[in-house]
Amino acid sequence: MSKSQSSDVGVKRTVRKTLWALMGMVLFTIALVPLYDVFCEVTGLNGKTATSAQVMSAQGRDETRWVRVQLVTRSGTGLPWRLEALDQVIAVHPGEIAQARFRFTNTSDVRSSGRAVPSVSPSQGARHFRKMECFCFQEQWLEGGESIELPLVFQVDPALPADIQTLTLAYTLYPMSEVVAQGGYRE
Amino acid sequence: MIRLTIAAFLGFALLPLIGNVHASSINTSSGWNMPMGVTDISQEVFHLHMTILWICIAIAVIVFGVMFWSLFKYRRTQGAKSAHFHENTFVEVMWTAIPMVILVVMAIPATATLKKMYDTSNADIDILVTGYQWRWRYEYLGEDVSFFSNLSTPREQIYGQEERGDFYLVEVDEPMVVPVGRKIRLLLTANDVIHSWWVPDLAVKKDAIPGFINESWTRIDEPGVYRGQCAELCGRDHGFMPIEVKAVSEEEYVAWLASKREAAITEAQGADREWALGELMERGEGTYNTYCAACHQPDGKGLPPIFPALAGTGISIDPSARQAHIDIVLYGKTGTPMPAFGTTLSPAELAAVITYERNAWGNNTADSVQPAEIRDLLGSQ
Amino acid sequence: MASESTHAVLQPNVGTAEHGHHPAQMPTGIMRWVLTTNHKEIGSLYLLFSLLMLFVGGSMALVIRAELFQPGLQYVQPEFFNQMTTMHGLIMVFGAIMPAFVGLANWMIPMQIGAPDMALPRLNNFSFWLLPVAFGILLSTLLMEGGGPNFGWTFYAPLSTTYAPPSTSFFIMSIHLAGISSILGAINIIATILNLRTPGMRLMDMSLFVWTWLITAFLLIAVMPVLAGVVTMMLLDINFGTSFFDAAGGGDPVLFQHLFWFFGHPEVYIMILPAFGIVSLIVPTFARKRLFGYASMVYATASIALLSFVVWAHHMFTVGLPLTAELFFMYSTMLIAVPTGVKVFNWIATLFRGSISFEVPMLFALGFIVMFTIGGLSGVMLAIVPADFQYHDTYFVVAHFHYVLVPGALFAILAGAYYWMPKWTGHYADETLGRWHFWLSVIGVNLTFFPMHFSGLAGMPRRIPDYALQFADFNMISSIGGFLFGFSQLIFVWVLVKAIRGGEKAPAKAWEGAEGLEWTVPCPAPIHTFETPPKFVPEVDSPSRH
Repeated sequence: MSKSQSSDVGVKRTVRKTLWALMGMVLFTIALVPLYDVFCEVTGLNGKTATSAQVMSAQGRDETRWVRVQLVTRSGTGLPWRLEALDQVIAVHPGEIAQARFRFTNTSDVRSSGRAVPSVSPSQGARHFRKMECFCFQEQWLEGGESIELPLVFQVDPALPADIQTLTLAYTLYPMSEVVAQGGYRE
Repeated sequence: MIRLTIAAFLGFALLPLIGNVHASSINTSSGWNMPMGVTDISQEVFHLHMTILWICIAIAVIVFGVMFWSLFKYRRTQGAKSAHFHENTFVEVMWTAIPMVILVVMAIPATATLKKMYDTSNADIDILVTGYQWRWRYEYLGEDVSFFSNLSTPREQIYGQEERGDFYLVEVDEPMVVPVGRKIRLLLTANDVIHSWWVPDLAVKKDAIPGFINESWTRIDEPGVYRGQCAELCGRDHGFMPIEVKAVSEEEYVAWLASKREAAITEAQGADREWALGELMERGEGTYNTYCAACHQPDGKGLPPIFPALAGTGISIDPSARQAHIDIVLYGKTGTPMPAFGTTLSPAELAAVITYERNAWGNNTADSVQPAEIRDLLGSQ
Repeated sequence: MASESTHAVLQPNVGTAEHGHHPAQMPTGIMRWVLTTNHKEIGSLYLLFSLLMLFVGGSMALVIRAELFQPGLQYVQPEFFNQMTTMHGLIMVFGAIMPAFVGLANWMIPMQIGAPDMALPRLNNFSFWLLPVAFGILLSTLLMEGGGPNFGWTFYAPLSTTYAPPSTSFFIMSIHLAGISSILGAINIIATILNLRTPGMRLMDMSLFVWTWLITAFLLIAVMPVLAGVVTMMLLDINFGTSFFDAAGGGDPVLFQHLFWFFGHPEVYIMILPAFGIVSLIVPTFARKRLFGYASMVYATASIALLSFVVWAHHMFTVGLPLTAELFFMYSTMLIAVPTGVKVFNWIATLFRGSISFEVPMLFALGFIVMFTIGGLSGVMLAIVPADFQYHDTYFVVAHFHYVLVPGALFAILAGAYYWMPKWTGHYADETLGRWHFWLSVIGVNLTFFPMHFSGLAGMPRRIPDYALQFADFNMISSIGGFLFGFSQLIFVWVLVKAIRGGEKAPAKAWEGAEGLEWTVPCPAPIHTFETPPKFVPEVDSPSRH
């Protein structure tokens, strides 16, 4: 009897430990989401860029090389807007502050909001692409028929690996709110 | 034991007899093996593959050789008596160390090739490739040329009512044309779900991810047509969105670009004139079957609940919903597979397809949409 | 009647009174099975359930193979085809292979460690009955509007979120239930192994089946919460407007893949480690020689388990990882070949200078070693990133993982079933039928999956309902092989029914060369065994004595 009691205690202890381990894994899983974002931001995994304005790097200009910054826009689904890159390719020296202009046009007659989601390729270059001012940090509202020009002020970090000669920055435009998502349609 | 060996040999000896009857290979593969391909990279990958394959075959021969020899030699029916050893540090260390060495031997060329594949620098041409459910779109950056590339195999072939052609399911209406000998940088993204752009002869396979951009590159030295398919499950017609890359001489490429630009201008001019209903319907049917029928079905009945019916129901028969119908075709619908066609099809195609949807399959709203109206809605570019 | 008491376990309500603790309250009929807390009965339930699921999932595979028999669309439409590939994968992984191993664990672990039952018998009952509910829900989605899951068993977002059929929430619920079942089963197995071993049995005295299951159970505890997390995020994305995996709201579809494969790769080993354990028992039995390198087998299993946490992104070489990440995952993946190789070499060294006979369990175990090794070698090829760009998402991959899972995991389960069938039913499996089953399975499996290497290399993507004409011949061979393999499995049902109903009676030690406590109790095992812990005498030079 004492044997089976001692194994009972052991079972309880083991179960308690495994449940703790289980809890630990649940918490770890929840933590993975923000960890992944941090990891992406640090390593540039997946070409994600910072979601808020960055300070400029003070390393000075590297006049010995040029980097081609290519700006691509894509209209997403469900938003009656047009997004155009007015400057499609800009050549900059690393460290130089440059500006690219984008035009947002609401082609419908309804006020709506959208957001341009950036992605940089090659992804190793993402963390060296510093945005000081960008419309991508917040959502934009446009009246029906309104058209606005918005700047992207950026700097390519001189620490950009030498083998990267072209950086492509793609913006995909997504609608922000459900009303807008329906585009004002009645079904 | 002998039976097992005979069975194994019989099984595989039969394969070459029945395999590879069709002459029409869709790539440079022998039909049995990875294609050698037509780029330096694809050939390097092929040789790497063959090296690893032969190493694996050698390992298999040795391991199975020892195993089958033991099975044969130490049969109980032959009176084998079992030995008593069950440990031997020396052999255990050896069969841990030797595989390590083999792996290092494999890793060295693999690393070198991978580095080359990742070097996208100094590209001559940038092409943005976008995956849609279920077609590819190519945009030649800085060239003002962009177009969809759709499966061109007729439905009749798929459903067996017509004889299947040599390039069944790997042929498109508009191939991606590139010049030979130039480094082409491919930027990949997707409009809806994840797709993967794969052309075996170029050894390029890269995922196209919505909202994100990936890149890869190729340089083709041999003129020719190279075929591939979407490699990531992307929904219903995943098996029906092929890729065709046509490598041509520099002059042909330049001429092709010019003809594409000219065609786009002609197409845009379609919006300058009034179209008759019959003309719109005819054009619309073609556009519908290319871009809409995969989901909404050729008979307009859709595949509810994901792909709604257009025939006899909803906005396409509601006279008051003409504008809503135009909007959904132009701008798409969030959270559904309905993409925005406003920026990708011409005003004439859009007007025609909307007119078609409002009048085909007994919808008979008698509404017609003029290309000029669409052009004005979208605003001049 | 004698025949009833001899297979007490499969006809449980007779002849067990003298062993039972509380025969008076024991429910009869179907309720007996519903409420049972006996490890042997629950083990049988798990095994029968997984056998049923094997045929359900197998029928779906035959739908796939029928459609792929010829180019063109003949029998099913692409949307139904996609549901078949998805459900086939989900059912085979979560409904057939995993429950079969849990069933074997339930039956054999207490008997191999000299315990009277599992540590938590009532929890054991609950974890089993979650499964029929989970798979009932999963199968019912096929009848719902819009059909069942159609996004592949890996359910990549956003195809499985924004673009998924309405039934996806039910799919998520069924994954949750199956996951809870696995977690509870794993807790039970760990608690049993760590606490209920008979006095004198140390960890390093345990059979390798017990060892591999202990490690597997830890893997389950570690990764099932990740699976639960990832499907919960899907649920939130679908129904509550979050955007974990949606770029439009600042999410990332690639995050899904990282999370899924962080679960998914250990999951692959969950499906193969217990198979290693079974083969490590059967090979010494029929070679009549002790297992070579017991300790290195344990360490190899543990290293495979640990490595499985740092290789996940090798499923994602084409998503556009940075070069350094690709290299890291390539090297770590290649490293797995080392402990896996050690296992194969140990089995072969066990055969070397043995006294080998070829009963059906041994045939399946040998088939496992050969064909699992083929799958392992193609796995090494897949680890080579530049070549993987060509292999990824083609039939080469389909060939690879089916070699590892069908003549791998499934053959090991069948080997175990033939090996322990005397212990379960009291009768040997019919040797002639068993041989037919084995040889037809071997021919069928190779005819099905070997040509897939070729079609994949030549450029055929996976998960397509129709293909270019170039691939027609290989697909036709695969389809013929698939039907042969599928129908051959009916022989196993016949063998099982025959053994339950009668046949050559087995003594306690059913196999001459068998070692282990389970062979000290009669065949069939009485419903209650080891109520008093048996005496355990380790072999003089067992590793625990060093």
